[in-house]
Amino acid sequence: MYDFTYLRPRTVAEAVEALRTGFDPKLMAGGMTLLPTMKARLASPATLIDLADIGELRGISVRDNRLEIGAMTRHYDVASDGTVRARIPALADLAGGIADRQVRYRGTMGGSLSNSDPSADYPAAALALDARMITSQKTEAAGDFLLGTFATSLEEDEVLCRISFAIPEAAAYEKIPNPASGYAMTGVFVARLAEGHRVGVTGAASEFFRHRDLETALDGGADHAAALDVPAPDREYLADMHGDARYRRNLVRVAAARAIQKMQS
Amino acid sequence: MRFHPITLTVNGEERRARVKSNTLLAELLREEFRLTGTHVGCDTTQCGCCTVHVDGEAVKSCTMLAVQAAGRQVTTIEGLAAPDGTLHPVQQAMKDCHGLQCGFCTPGVVMMLADFLGRHPGADEGQIRHALEGNLCRCTGYQHIVDAALRVVAAGAAKGGGHV
Repeated sequence: MYDFTYLRPRTVAEAVEALRTGFDPKLMAGGMTLLPTMKARLASPATLIDLADIGELRGISVRDNRLEIGAMTRHYDVASDGTVRARIPALADLAGGIADRQVRYRGTMGGSLSNSDPSADYPAAALALDARMITSQKTEAAGDFLLGTFATSLEEDEVLCRISFAIPEAAAYEKIPNPASGYAMTGVFVARLAEGHRVGVTGAASEFFRHRDLETALDGGADHAAALDVPAPDREYLADMHGDARYRRNLVRVAAARAIQKMQS
Repeated sequence: MRFHPITLTVNGEERRARVKSNTLLAELLREEFRLTGTHVGCDTTQCGCCTVHVDGEAVKSCTMLAVQAAGRQVTTIEGLAAPDGTLHPVQQAMKDCHGLQCGFCTPGVVMMLADFLGRHPGADEGQIRHALEGNLCRCTGYQHIVDAALRVVAAGAAKGGGHV
């Protein structure tokens, strides 16, 4: 790892200021992706801004039938918090399946969403639960925030602060993990909201997407068996040594049917 | 080169150090404090051999900066047994169940189980295997490690374990 200047602001305003004035700055949340990337010298920020001391970025609360989670809330906390377990158990289950226990003690929801790894789990939930990303500058729908592989709408001096999820009537997440890395080969989050069903897909393609044909089928009363007859949308799927595009496209159908079965049982 | 003066508690003892911004917690423990029971296997956040407790939580010390540990309570494998040498229940069970062969991954496995079983003293086999996902062992096939964890559960010995 190359040398860098290490900063530890105490407020979001200080973090934004550090982003504006620091040389070649980078925010660090839990560091579970960034530190390994820096050790491999694939990233070498000159200024590292550690968000660990910013209390306003933590916490879990319910507001207007939405669950609001601070960006620096760790996967471990999302997985074990009583409010999350009571209001959106599927989100707690998803968090409990991220990486491994040691990583869940440090990795954060905001860090993961800001990194926008195409195989990360949270984006599927963010799309299905109509998440709103509350940053130091704006509030934006998850679909507008997550722009694709390692790309978000965050400006260079912008910090993701909180994520607000709609509390669904029912929901479930099904991940088909890569057996070695644990990352999602495909992950499907299904949710029944007051205004209808939403289905978010991660891992299968270079962009996260909603499976709208399946949402329509579920609104029409389809069960998990009928969902198997709804093909994944025609788009470009990832192809690598772990699986080709046809395989991944099929995984969307399989993971969706399993998630629906969980949600409806 | 930037240095940070830090103070932290390691195995119950206050320690001071002057660390570079890019010094890892594992490096500080091993090279500065000479606590070489914390192993570095993969250096890529996968194998879990470097697992230590920070404020009672099992984390991978190869993926945490030393400066991030300032003001925190760190426990390494050297600090887990009682001062009189009595092994922690997880250490004793690993010995009794032959939960190790070459021993390289053992400090990390023990620290992980001490954290997990301290919080979940009634864990079942599936939960134990899930908790061990971040620890790689190339000798045992995990079976004897899981046996050791189940023995701790059966003895009801883990409650409150894992903290100095």
